[in-house]
Amino acid sequence: MNGFNQKTGTAAQPQPSLVPNPIVDPELEQALVDFRLSVHAWSEAEFNRPRTARLPVHSAWRPMLAWALGCMVVAGAAGGGLYEHHRETVERQLAQQRIAHEKQLAAQKKAQEADENLLANVDNDVSRSVPAAMEPLAQLMEDNGTN
Amino acid sequence: MVGECVENTTEAVNLRGMKASTRVMAAGTGIEPMAAQTAEELSAQAFARIVETHRPQIFRFLLASTRDIDLAETLTQECFLKAHRNWTHFRGESTAMTWLMRIAINLQKDHWRNRRMQFWRQTRSNAVDVDEASEWLPSGERTAEQQLLAREQVGRVWKVVEHLSARQRTVFLLRYVEEQELGDIATATGLSEGTVKAHLSRALAKVRAELGGKR
Repeated sequence: MNGFNQKTGTAAQPQPSLVPNPIVDPELEQALVDFRLSVHAWSEAEFNRPRTARLPVHSAWRPMLAWALGCMVVAGAAGGGLYEHHRETVERQLAQQRIAHEKQLAAQKKAQEADENLLANVDNDVSRSVPAAMEPLAQLMEDNGTN
Repeated sequence: MVGECVENTTEAVNLRGMKASTRVMAAGTGIEPMAAQTAEELSAQAFARIVETHRPQIFRFLLASTRDIDLAETLTQECFLKAHRNWTHFRGESTAMTWLMRIAINLQKDHWRNRRMQFWRQTRSNAVDVDEASEWLPSGERTAEQQLLAREQVGRVWKVVEHLSARQRTVFLLRYVEEQELGDIATATGLSEGTVKAHLSRALAKVRAELGGKR
């Protein structure tokens, strides 16, 4: 560091420039010399300044908040997915139940209609076919009906 | 600080610093451990000397480039750490100072590149203000008026340096602050001498214009 200190020791005296093609403008040259001296002085002061090491201050709430938000987002996404899946399953089951119920009703209705038709046919057939013993009575009823 | 760096790195130098020729010469003899140890010690001592000699200059260059004291210190530490890791690969083709300066320039480039890439991070710039930087001027034997004038001119030069491109600034600082030869600047920056001259010329023209325009 001795050599380093020597550089700034000569202070304000314009030092000969090392530039191969010297700058003709004396003011510019002086400004550059002053600039060099200034940087040297500043650097020397900062280099020799004693410093205390500071531990970086970690604020705990930031990562905690980040983790909490992250967890909430993950939980929300997973919960939403699960809820959606459950809702679709329930709707599908209800639709299936509704279709099955409608089919059942249709089948019952069909069966009922078939029974009614059968009974009507039976009634018709029964009403037309009269035992021989009842033939005179039936003839009488028909006559009464026409009269 | 220098002591810390050397102490921490001595072991690694010892492991790597031993030359192959030393091992061959000493093979099969009883002096092998002693010779190896001597080579290691010499290597470590050489590196310690280099750290002691060039650390202020590297720090100064980085401070002038960044105007950030903490950053300049950090990059200086990194520079010597990197230099230590590659110490065995240093063949002496250029001076140690030029070699170290090249490492420092590359580290600085990497730093700014990383900072640009990590723009989303909360980055805090500790760069010292130009006016504050120009306050540093040895009083010498000047009058108060001369001091004031000199400070003003230094401020103007800082202002120009601030607006130079990274490459122009590097070349300008190496030339007019570190007083390096054009060949050394070319080696340190990886540019040709012609390019270095061109950058210097442009930078100088800007300084001249700044000083001339506000005269």
